[in-house]
Formats: sequence, structure tokens, C-alpha cells
Amino acid sequence: MPKVVLKLGDNVSTDIIYPGRFMATVLPTETPQYAFADITDFNARIKQKEFQPGSVIVAGRNFGCGSSREQAASCLKGPDFTIIAMDFARIFLQNSINLGLNTIICPGFEAGEGDALIISPAKVTNQSTGKSFEIVPLPKARQSIIDAGGLIPYTRQRLLHDRK
Amino acid sequence: MGMTYVEKILARATGQSSVKVGDVLEPRVDLAMSHENGALVINQFQEIYQGTGLEAKVWDADKIAIIFDHRVPAESAKTATNQKKVREFVGKQGIKKFHDIRGDEGGICHQILPENGYVLPGMVVVGTDSHTTSHGALGAFSFGIGATEMASVWALGCVLNVEVPATIKVSVKGKFQPFVQAKDLILHLIGRISAQGANFKVLEFHGPAIEKMSTSGRLTICNMAVEAGATSGIVPADAETIRYLHEEAGLKGDIETLRPDADASYDQVIEIDVSQLAPQIACPHTVDNVNTVMDMAGKLINQVVIGSCTNGRLDDIEVAARILKGKKVARNVRMLVFPASARIYRQALKEGYLATLMEAGAVVMNSGCGPCLGVHQGALADGDVALATTNRNFKGRMGNPAAEVYLCSPAVAAASALTGVITDPRKAEGKVVDHA
Repeated sequence: MPKVVLKLGDNVSTDIIYPGRFMATVLPTETPQYAFADITDFNARIKQKEFQPGSVIVAGRNFGCGSSREQAASCLKGPDFTIIAMDFARIFLQNSINLGLNTIICPGFEAGEGDALIISPAKVTNQSTGKSFEIVPLPKARQSIIDAGGLIPYTRQRLLHDRK
Repeated sequence: MGMTYVEKILARATGQSSVKVGDVLEPRVDLAMSHENGALVINQFQEIYQGTGLEAKVWDADKIAIIFDHRVPAESAKTATNQKKVREFVGKQGIKKFHDIRGDEGGICHQILPENGYVLPGMVVVGTDSHTTSHGALGAFSFGIGATEMASVWALGCVLNVEVPATIKVSVKGKFQPFVQAKDLILHLIGRISAQGANFKVLEFHGPAIEKMSTSGRLTICNMAVEAGATSGIVPADAETIRYLHEEAGLKGDIETLRPDADASYDQVIEIDVSQLAPQIACPHTVDNVNTVMDMAGKLINQVVIGSCTNGRLDDIEVAARILKGKKVARNVRMLVFPASARIYRQALKEGYLATLMEAGAVVMNSGCGPCLGVHQGALADGDVALATTNRNFKGRMGNPAAEVYLCSPAVAAASALTGVITDPRKAEGKVVDHA
């Protein structure tokens, strides 16, 4: 059962998720070491591979605002975090979908660090409090990218289809 | 039902007679811009082609622009190697809209695109930079995307799954007071609607104050539209747009423009009268934490930064030079000036603005993004306070999470550089205290 490993507030910017000074590092295999670099204790735990895949980061409104830097999504995809937020900034959300980072829009979601969650397609249940929260489904068009396994395979399919 | 400006562009870019909010489209792309992060786009682009048996060739080399600006000249071997990789790709693919690290044609991408006439009204422009919203100033639908999405654009020539965004109409009237600028208007708007106030929407600017505004000012407001969460900011192209493209970008011949329909449907209409607008300050650590300069006056500052894609154009440098002429930057302040492009740098040199600023104590740096996002020069010390004409004040933005960044117009920045504290430029002129 996935657990909440970090709880954040509103307007968490890409400068918090992946500080600009590490932007020369671009490869998804290398970016996780700088995830939340300025939240030093959490960053240290990422580097020690302390978190189970699917561990949950909870945030408020407008998660991922700011830069288009894709490192902000790839650095969270590496350790396979799930992000549950009230809502997301546009470019970050699209980058997450394109890279297959699990992002869940769940207005009103309440959980604290350490809480255990049950995540189903339609709702998230906080096992620790017994409360359930509705998930806002992604637009259909975006779901098709997720179903293809991300934008790279999706574009590859399109390319091969278009050339036929 | 009539169409908004962005609906008109998207209808045209998909060959339809009309589109409406929420439609999912695959608009063809007229211009696809990247900077150093082109290195990541190249990786993703090559991965798309793996196992397909197809040659990895971009859909149209003439519609791709690549500008080095984030770390110029390279600050590390890693960056230099990324830049080399992009340079080789550019040569191999035959991309001509390439601006390397040069004093004749280099600069910040969001200045290079307009000043070279690469952006025309009605275009669909995408860029791997969130401030790609800037080019709405020329009447394009222009928005930021990630590197993988750009790789997909390079392969297919269209952006997949674009939902037609709702539009907020911003109608601006009145005459700006002296030393109150476009930057103050956009900071005021962001403060009013919040950092999420235009999420997934377009801000379409209208009204007499916008009609009178230069393209430089329009670039400032569209640049920061993303700080309200907007997909794009747009000023429908008009006589000023045509003037800019002919006189400043050097284009010749007729330029087609389009207008939104009078009966277009808007999500929201916001009216602003700038007559009473005071200079604005965005306080740490969110861009919507906006106060007037009067509220913040007297705040001690350690570094003043004038430049960036937001406010590094000739008129921005001119107003700073006018305020600093014959005076001295306060001893406790470091003042950094970085023009938005090499062309602007040379113009400012010719006009004598740079000499004026240097004589006052400012350090003039080459064009680039470095100080704004803390990747290359101008980093802040623990506890430092910076006052900058840039676009973001997020924690850690200028390279140090233990520092603070306040955002303002070039006039406020220059007036404050003289006093060493946040200062109202309307009051500073002529009676500036010289701490030197």
C-alpha cells in the first residue's frame, strides 16, 4: 500500500522540484539525484533509494508552476513517485503525461506524511483516516498518450501510421 | 458564435472553419524554438525513431529555431558539450535559424525570435521554454512545451492533443504615469488574478493603453502571462505590430493580420485603468505576492538586476540610463545589466547608455538568461536581497534558496540602485541621495 512520503503546499515551483542550477544535467537517468535538492533531508533519502516505487508526494494547488524544464518531471519519474495535488500547472502536467509520471488531480485531498493510501481509478482512500476523495479524470486526449506508454511510443506509432 | 483570437488561429492551423473551447486539435506548427535544452530534445527525438527503420530527420528544418542563451558562454564542460551536440545536430539537419554564442546575432531566444522577424501574426509557435508566451506580443499563439513534446513536434510537424483554451479578455485603458511601465501592468494583473488565475487559459489584451504600447512593452506583458498560469498571452496584431516587423525586424511586403470576432465568447473580462497605477513589486517567493512600491519603499537591497527576456530591451536600458546619468550606484549594491540580445547591446553602446550605466557603477554583462535563473553568474549570498526586472522570484531562483528576489520595472530597479533601498522612481528623480 503506497504511503505519503512528503507533504507540500500550494505553488510548488519547478525551481523547488529541480533547481535551475542543475539544468545542465538532462538525462532522465541522472536527474533524480537533484530532485528537491534544496529540501536537503528529502533529497538525501531519494539518493539513498529509501522510497518504495509508488510512494506519494502530496501537494496543494498549481504544483509544478514555472519553467518548462522536463527534468522536473523526469527526476520524479526515476524513483517512480506518484504526485497527488489539488491541481497542476499546464506544462508540468503535460510533461508528466508525456514521460509517464503518475499525476493525480484530487481537489480536497487530505493526508499527512506516513498515511497509507488506496488509489483506484476513480478515488483515493486515506486508510489512516478512512476518508475517500474523488479523482478528476484526465481529458481523453491525454489518456491516449498514457495508454500508449508515453509520448515517445505514441509519436512512434503515429509516425509509422502516417508513413503507411 | 464568434471566435476569440486563439480560436481563429487554431481553426486556421487545423484547416477548419471554426473551433470552440475544449476541442482537441493537432495544430500544425509554424515555428519550433529550443535553446540549450535542445540537447535533451535531440535525445528524445532519436529515441522516437529507434526500431522504426526510418531516418531521424526533422519535419521542416526551416521551421526550427535554436538559440543558445541559458549558459553563455558555457559555464561548464557539461554545458559546452551539450552545446556542441546541438551545434552538430543543427549542421546535420540543415537548421538555419540557429543563433550561436556571438556578438553579432546572439542573444536571448525571446528577443532573437521577434527581432529577426521569425514570428508573424497568426502563427502557432512552440518553444521548450515557459516564457515562449512572449511571442503573443506579435499576434501569434505561442506557448511553452517540454523537451519530449518538442521531439514529437520535430518528428510530426504538429502538436498533439492541444485543447482549445478558454480566453480571458483583459481590457486596458488610461495613460501610464511617468516611470510606470508595462511591467507594472502585468505585475498588477498577476497580483489580482493570482499565479493560477489563468491556468490553462489565454490572456488576450485589448484597449487603448495596449494600442499605444510599443512591441517592447507588449513582449513584457505576454512574457509574464505564464506567471498567472496562462497558456499564452496575446495582443491581436495591429498597426504597431506591422511597424515593428517592418522597421525593427526588417521584414518587407504585406503582413497579414487577424482580429477576434466582436461576438467572441470570453471566459472572463478584466478591466484595468492604468491612470492610477503605481509601480508594483512582486515580493518573495511567488510572483502573485504583489505590493505597490510605496508599501515596499525603504527595503534594503544588495543586488539590482536589469535585463532578461522580460525587460532587457533598448527602452528598458534607456530608462535606467536616464535615471542613473551622472549619479552613482549605492556602495552596498551590485548592479548587473544584461541586454536581451547582442543587437540591443550594440544599440545601447551606440546610444551611450552602457557607458552611462558603467560610469554609475553598473556591471554590463553579455546577453543571456544566466542571472535570472541562477545558472550562470550573479548568484546571491545567503540572506541577500535582489531587486530584479526578471520574471520569477521563486525560492532558489537566483541560485540560492536562502536569498530573496523582488521583481519590478526597470525604472524602479534603477531608482533603487541609487539609494540602496526600494525606491519609487516617481519621487527619486532629481533628488536621489547619493550614498557613494
